[in-house]
Amino acid sequence: MRHQNSARLAWFSGAVKNRFAVFVGVLALAALTISAAAAADTLATLRGNAINQEASAPAMAKEINTDLRTVRNYPEQPPTITHQTRGYAINLQANKCLSCHSRRAVERSQAPMVSVTHFMDRDGQVLSSVTPRRYFCDQCHVPQLDAKPLVANDFIDADALIMAKGN
Amino acid sequence: MGIFTKSMDLLRLLNRPSGHFSLAFLTFGGFIAGIMFWGAFNTALELTNTETFCISCHEMRNNVYQELRETIHYSNRSGVRATCPDCHVPHDWTDKIARKMAATKEVWGKIFGTISTREKFQNKRLDLAMHEWARFKANDSLECRNCHEYVYMDITLQSPRAADQHERLLANGEKTCIDCHKGIAHQLPDMSGVKGWN
Repeated sequence: MRHQNSARLAWFSGAVKNRFAVFVGVLALAALTISAAAAADTLATLRGNAINQEASAPAMAKEINTDLRTVRNYPEQPPTITHQTRGYAINLQANKCLSCHSRRAVERSQAPMVSVTHFMDRDGQVLSSVTPRRYFCDQCHVPQLDAKPLVANDFIDADALIMAKGN
Repeated sequence: MGIFTKSMDLLRLLNRPSGHFSLAFLTFGGFIAGIMFWGAFNTALELTNTETFCISCHEMRNNVYQELRETIHYSNRSGVRATCPDCHVPHDWTDKIARKMAATKEVWGKIFGTISTREKFQNKRLDLAMHEWARFKANDSLECRNCHEYVYMDITLQSPRAADQHERLLANGEKTCIDCHKGIAHQLPDMSGVKGWN
């Protein structure tokens, strides 16, 4: 026990002896603290309140249920869902989406048919129904909320870019 | 021979006018006994027509009831909810008695553990669901219409696609509620091969 204590003391006194190194370390720490404090004023943050206070949650946004088709920002964009989908089953047993959007259901439902690309397997072979790899609709197609974007979006449509160039 | 003569004696006794009780006593006594019997019968009947009774069995409590709790028929903005018998038992008396008689088979199922485990229930789910769909189809979705009747729907408040389908298919009786609204209160069985699901 005594032996261990004396070993620790020896290490500590050895470190303190190197006074120059300690001085440099303290200086660096102080510089870091000051620069962090200066940056705090300019940093953009999504948290609108002090860190030790609970922010009031924004009101929950309503799910859009207009049935009006929305623009696609680029040709390959999966179209968004224009209606509510609460409780829609998409699992091994059933696919609620296909009960309206499948090839045979659209006459009754008047819903847009699932794109024929979804009938192709990975070799480009067109099958008679939706392939397993495209079965889970909401992996790509999602309902939209009537919510304000948290950050600004500077996305520009490709057509707008082309027209700006004067082509 | 003994049984025959004894039953003939009993018949003669029943046919004989009462020697002890007055006509008034027998009439009013019978009337009051009738009221008591009928009251007890209906009370017992209504007792079996509550959700508490339904989910006193684990088959209902652990499977279908848990599934219902996530749907709009259990939890919604206005706080009105449907209990088991609201959808699964007709409200009119004669129809209710007919359904109750059919439901005696469920007692058989309970005794022999037809759906006593989750696995057994899942395997039987399509059968059970088909029975309910057939019943709803046969009575033109009567239990839905106890609350959701077409003539009281304000279709201008519905989403465009709902309004379109209700006007086109429900109004003329071509389809009934259950044709489209399957699996709204419980999980669906394997739907491959079910009409309208492909």
